[in-house]
Amino acid sequence: MYAYDEIDRTLVNERVSEFRDQVKRRLSGELTEDEFKILRLQNGVYLQLHAYMFRVAIPYGTLATNQLRALAHVARKYDRGYGHFTTRQNIQFNWIKLAELPDALEDLAKVGIHAMQTSGNNMRNVTSDQWAGVAPGEIEDPRIWSELIRQHTTLHPEFSFLPRKFKIAITASDHDRAAIKIHDIGLRLIKNEKGETGFEVLVGGGLGRTPFIAKTIKHFVHGRDILSYIEAILRVYNQYGRRDNIYKARIKILVHELGIEKFSREVEDEWRQIRNSSLEIDDEVIEDIRSRFTYPSYEKLPHMPDELRQAAADPDFEAWRKNSVAPHKVQGYSIVTISLKPTGGPPGDATAEQMDALADLADKYSFGEIRVGHEQNLALPHVAKRDLPALWKALDKLGLATPNVNLITDIIACPGLDYCSLANARSIPIAQELTRRFANHELANLIGRLHINISGCINACGHHHVGHIGILGVEKNGEEVYQITIGGRADENAALGTLIGPGVKFDEVADVVEDIVEAYLALRERPEELFMDTVKRLGVEPFKERVYATR
Amino acid sequence: MPLVNGGKIVDDSFVKLAVDTPLPERGDILVPAERFLGEAEGLLQRAGRVGVIWPNNRDIAELVPYLGRIAAVALVFPTFRDGRAYSQARLLRERYNYRGELRATGQVLRDQFVFMLRAGFDAFEVKKQADAEAFMQTARRYSVFYQPTGDGRITALHRRMQLRHSEGVGT
Repeated sequence: MYAYDEIDRTLVNERVSEFRDQVKRRLSGELTEDEFKILRLQNGVYLQLHAYMFRVAIPYGTLATNQLRALAHVARKYDRGYGHFTTRQNIQFNWIKLAELPDALEDLAKVGIHAMQTSGNNMRNVTSDQWAGVAPGEIEDPRIWSELIRQHTTLHPEFSFLPRKFKIAITASDHDRAAIKIHDIGLRLIKNEKGETGFEVLVGGGLGRTPFIAKTIKHFVHGRDILSYIEAILRVYNQYGRRDNIYKARIKILVHELGIEKFSREVEDEWRQIRNSSLEIDDEVIEDIRSRFTYPSYEKLPHMPDELRQAAADPDFEAWRKNSVAPHKVQGYSIVTISLKPTGGPPGDATAEQMDALADLADKYSFGEIRVGHEQNLALPHVAKRDLPALWKALDKLGLATPNVNLITDIIACPGLDYCSLANARSIPIAQELTRRFANHELANLIGRLHINISGCINACGHHHVGHIGILGVEKNGEEVYQITIGGRADENAALGTLIGPGVKFDEVADVVEDIVEAYLALRERPEELFMDTVKRLGVEPFKERVYATR
Repeated sequence: MPLVNGGKIVDDSFVKLAVDTPLPERGDILVPAERFLGEAEGLLQRAGRVGVIWPNNRDIAELVPYLGRIAAVALVFPTFRDGRAYSQARLLRERYNYRGELRATGQVLRDQFVFMLRAGFDAFEVKKQADAEAFMQTARRYSVFYQPTGDGRITALHRRMQLRHSEGVGT
């Protein structure tokens, strides 16, 4: 856990009083809606189809239990009793009143959370691996660096009015759970031959209308230089990024138009002039940040406690354990993923009651810590294996033990036309229908790892390009039409999916997905060959044939 | 449009010239970049101070040879959403050590003041009278800054280091 000190708390409080003044000036008419729009966006406030939507940052996906309780409180007091976890380690509330927003922010500020960096054309919430600090084999905890970058990018005086939004993600594991290759800047923490910490820096990834996988701009930037290197990238982008067309304003387009070689030369020129400046980070600064992350005092526990051995006889427990429980770097402990994808439910939603109860469970079983992942699930990062059966029972009572993590019903979806003013089509009802179609756990288990991603418009908040099966809702002649891609992925081997053919109607989407899955089951060489691997081996054609043969 | 300089609303001694306005005999003038570059020597030799209005899409490095002889640089925010001039301002102050007046023009609103001050602006053509009057109050909104810039405000990181060291002395 990172603990804000007096300095961080002061800034958050100053931000709240500034926003209170801005809301007051808007309500009195002193500010026009056009002037106010950017100010509210920079505080996480969007105007959606039915109401204001309020997005709160959960930097690098780490939450303390008092923070989760504060989110539950906001859901209950200012909203309709639930919140929606997004694909970028944020939570959204969908029914908030403008006049009450400063109070909601003030309540959150008391526990050190805020809505800075959740919207606007500035540097967004820095995201990271939700298993940071506990994943076996991790090089070091990437959250130390995430926090350093979070501070540096908060209310940055030069880069708060960029051509477009700007997202940074960091991973320190071989397996990339932070989707760094679809970010404006992706940082892969590595060590050089001297054992010093640094980063492979990737740039220009992103989805939306023109998707790109990020390219490596520099193979190693020393940790002490990372702020100046990021600053150099941003300075080049701020000056040369396109501002004439919102769809061409992201850094990916600049990188594409200049080419990575020319772009990296520009950055290098700029960096040379600022790297030996006050942006250089000395070890003491890193140690200071590290010292404010607290780590649990783990007990010495057996690898296979009796409680776990006994519970293994219960097939329901085993079904849950097999896909929700992951190895921890400390023997006797596990990382538990909490599925927010119940059958028939909107992906990523949690009620205030669930949040409160989960906070209690985290206090009891996970040293008071909760994590939020880009897959729209939560995690308890430090659960003693002996506690797994008791935790499972408690989660099951709360409706939080759906045994589908990483399976076909663990769907990522944007809010879509049910909430969002940008959407062309519904996302949530598609996800709900798919969770019903594949509700049979044996079937889902037989299919194995398969990620479905759904976006209700080309802005791609549901990351459809990188879903194993991607579903994009568009509008055609006043009707919702869905384009289906297969073969995308968001991990270290990130790839964009390939369209399988013409779009299909709302009612046909679940049928098409079933056809694709049936084709996969018939085509795979052996049960261990995952959907992704079959698509890679055979290409799109056999799936396309299957889907369109009868349509 | 009120001008704020040194934190107060002041009279603007500069007259803005267009590309083709006849040159006044005396007095301070603000000249568009293109005109300035075209007749710099003549402009700099006349009585009265000279400032340059620099567009946000032109490389500020072109102005460097003249920085010691001009009295003001006016950077432009065509809309408050266009933040290119923040980079130009920091380059002028931090890379090229420009110490003259650095003026923000265009859509300059209250809620940008802190960013602008941090980027090195010290003069502001403020769009609304009420915003100009609220300048000092607004400039004091924040006491914590995470980024080092040329304005010399101490950053949170350094303040923490100071605290650590002063605590260290006592123990």
